[in-house]
Amino acid sequence: MIQIDKYMSTEVELKCYHCGEECESDDIRIDDKIFCCNGCKTVYEILDQNNLCTYYSLDETPGITKKKEIKRNYDFLDDPQLKEELIDFTDGTTTKVTFSIPQMHCSSCIWILENLFKLNPGIKFSRADFLKKIVTIQFAEKEISLKEVVELLDAIGYEPDLNLEGKQKEKSTSHNKKLAYKIGIAGFAFGNIMLFSFPEYLHVESFSQDSMKEIFGYLNIVFSLPVFFYSASEYFISAYKGLKKKIVNIDVPVSIGIIVLFFRSLIEILSQTGPGYLDSMTALVFFLLVGRIFQNKTYDALNFERNYKSYFPIAVTIRKNGKETTKPVGKLKVRDRIIIKNNELVPADSVLINGRGFIDYGFVTGESNPVEKVNGDLIYAGGKQVGGAIEVETIKEVSQSYLTQLWNNEAFSKKYHSDINSMVNVVSKYFTFVILSIATIAGIYWWPESSIAFNAITAVLIIACPCALALSTPFTLGNSLRIYGKNKFYLKNTDVVEAMSEITDIVFDKTGTLTETGSASVKFMGEPLTEDEKVLVKTLVRNSAHPLSNGINELFDVPVTENVTDFKEIPAKGIEAIINGRRVKIGSQMFVNHFADENKIDLSTKVYLAIDNEIRGYFAIKNAYRKNLSEIIGSLKKEYNLYLLSGDNDSEKPELQKFFGEDTVMKFRQTPQEKLDFVKSLQEKNRKVLMIGDGLNDAGALKQSDVGISVSENANNFSPACDGILESSSFKKLHEFINFAKTSKRIIIASFIISFVYNVVGIYFAVQGTLSPVIAAILMPLSSISVVVFTTVTTNLFAKKKRLL
Amino acid sequence: MSVILILIGFSLSVAILFLVLYLWAVRSGQYDDKYTPSVRILFDDEIKEEQEDDKSTNQTTNSKNLKQNSIN
Repeated sequence: MIQIDKYMSTEVELKCYHCGEECESDDIRIDDKIFCCNGCKTVYEILDQNNLCTYYSLDETPGITKKKEIKRNYDFLDDPQLKEELIDFTDGTTTKVTFSIPQMHCSSCIWILENLFKLNPGIKFSRADFLKKIVTIQFAEKEISLKEVVELLDAIGYEPDLNLEGKQKEKSTSHNKKLAYKIGIAGFAFGNIMLFSFPEYLHVESFSQDSMKEIFGYLNIVFSLPVFFYSASEYFISAYKGLKKKIVNIDVPVSIGIIVLFFRSLIEILSQTGPGYLDSMTALVFFLLVGRIFQNKTYDALNFERNYKSYFPIAVTIRKNGKETTKPVGKLKVRDRIIIKNNELVPADSVLINGRGFIDYGFVTGESNPVEKVNGDLIYAGGKQVGGAIEVETIKEVSQSYLTQLWNNEAFSKKYHSDINSMVNVVSKYFTFVILSIATIAGIYWWPESSIAFNAITAVLIIACPCALALSTPFTLGNSLRIYGKNKFYLKNTDVVEAMSEITDIVFDKTGTLTETGSASVKFMGEPLTEDEKVLVKTLVRNSAHPLSNGINELFDVPVTENVTDFKEIPAKGIEAIINGRRVKIGSQMFVNHFADENKIDLSTKVYLAIDNEIRGYFAIKNAYRKNLSEIIGSLKKEYNLYLLSGDNDSEKPELQKFFGEDTVMKFRQTPQEKLDFVKSLQEKNRKVLMIGDGLNDAGALKQSDVGISVSENANNFSPACDGILESSSFKKLHEFINFAKTSKRIIIASFIISFVYNVVGIYFAVQGTLSPVIAAILMPLSSISVVVFTTVTTNLFAKKKRLL
Repeated sequence: MSVILILIGFSLSVAILFLVLYLWAVRSGQYDDKYTPSVRILFDDEIKEEQEDDKSTNQTTNSKNLKQNSIN
């Protein structure tokens, strides 16, 4: 929102020794070190007492500012059930726990997090992982409790991001490890079998009679066993699963190829009729696995699977029998009384009981201005309190609340990835049938001579094994993913690139997506005010804590007067006072002008001003649209159907029509559910929808859409579950990104053609029953490597052409 | 020719040793974090009081790299 960093810099810049932020004065100091706030000073004191000042010499001003800190209460960490869920492992004495520390940003951070044991001897060991932004801590249960560990981290500025859904990620690391084992074994076998097959390639005369040949053959079999049974197993499993669902995916022809290669080689070697093709088989598996690892590019620090739980606190402060305690959010019951402090979220639908609420529903509706609430008003879950602490009473449980119910929608239970849509699987279906028929025809042709028939059939199946086909997609899309990443557009996986190439419709959210967050500006509409009048306005709003008042306060740069009498603030209406002898009123239309027609009241965020009972105009909150928005929309409009869904009111419709044109469908006051339904209705008309949003209110639509992209100022910030996170600085490249996805698809098709050419050449030899192991050993790696080189080079080339590299 | 068999025996045992080492390295998590150890190795055990003022510039640049790397 409107930030108060208009601090005028004095001659000498005063920088906080701890966090590097500007200091308003040099009052807070130790020796010659100046601090911006007492929080920073405290951290310095803690570190200084423990001889940990290395922290400050590794990096300049490495600290995290404590200016906006509020004292948090971690009593809920004593709850045994919650504790159980947070920790990784405990044997009663030593406990291991992993925290996500989003603030980790420099080498000093790593250093201090790994020296926690110097701050408290109860901590035995701690290790930071910078890319994942996590720290693993082992501590002695008897000396320090989990709560104290968290408090310690918080005290030095590294408040852990506590939520209960971090555990899923471990699964993917164990999967990656498995893949690493498989590649290691396949590579090892491939290299050694190749070595033992060399005499065969070179037609060494003496070798052919030698018993050595026999021994080499048996050794090759031994090496190929783990490759066949372990490394290649996932292809068999995937092919089996596909067939069971009546889908011929790419792993079917690959599996046929591997199985035929293996058994034909086994027969040849054991019957001593030939050297077999085990080198080709292991090479094939090795290349395929490398392709898989290339495709598995993941952004460790980013999370694409967040749901409302990661926005909500895991525990809240409740008041029970007059006492304040904490309670895990999951255990909240109806009629619990919760204390919501500044910047805290209301976790369940509740009624305001005590205090003045300024609820910011930005998360839920996209509406950018806080709504004022008075006692008895209903507050929906997801609203954020801006201002002093309030007390609310829950009327629904967390999971039954208005916002969280969205997650019960079926869109959230469906699995995104579907095998059928993937292009390579469509191709492989026809490919498999063609290859099987060619093999059958070749078999029938040679039939009387059964050995040649056998050779021809197996050779066709071997040479047609679509290794190059299977590699083209992972390498093209994997490379595209990296190119997107370099442009600050982070995709969940390679399937998203493919989905993006088929987009026909684009749905935009307004607030935070088309507008820049944190840059709402206040404008005065009406006859320009004189300097004296500005003084009156500024003086009046200075006395109010309402967030809108802050915005107006920022608008005028004039001195204020102390001559104020009869100041009144009427909640949800406005403020008035007599300043310099003149009556000034600022507030809603009704408040300022008693004769206003209630039915005609403008609902947009306008704050009216009256001086001496004469209306002078109104202050309007304007969102600043992103730069170059008209160009981006203009170019997208030529190729796609555009829609706009906003949770906000329609006060900016004329403004938006300048960008989108008159004919674009724009819907305002959309609830999260309505947004989801709108996307669904487009999909029912067979449109492929790209949704671009930012807040939790878009979560449903993002999930429902074919490609859901979340726009964020910083990719490490929270963003709802989505397929891709786009940093707002790259928003202008949106059209290029979609175009590039289409280019990637064309590159895949081109590489399909290349691999078909190889297959035709191979099959020419195969149907004649004259496929020698040497030809197989040359043709198969050659086709794979050339496809890999082709896709990588062309994607980079096109990326350069589109200025994405 | 039987000397070849002995040589093969040796070369294979060396190769298998390396395979086992590789599998062990993956298993023990050495490939889990490919970035932090490169920073960690630059930490001195204990920086003395006198050295504190001497702000090591190379480590500051190091931290800039860190920021760029923080996502990829």
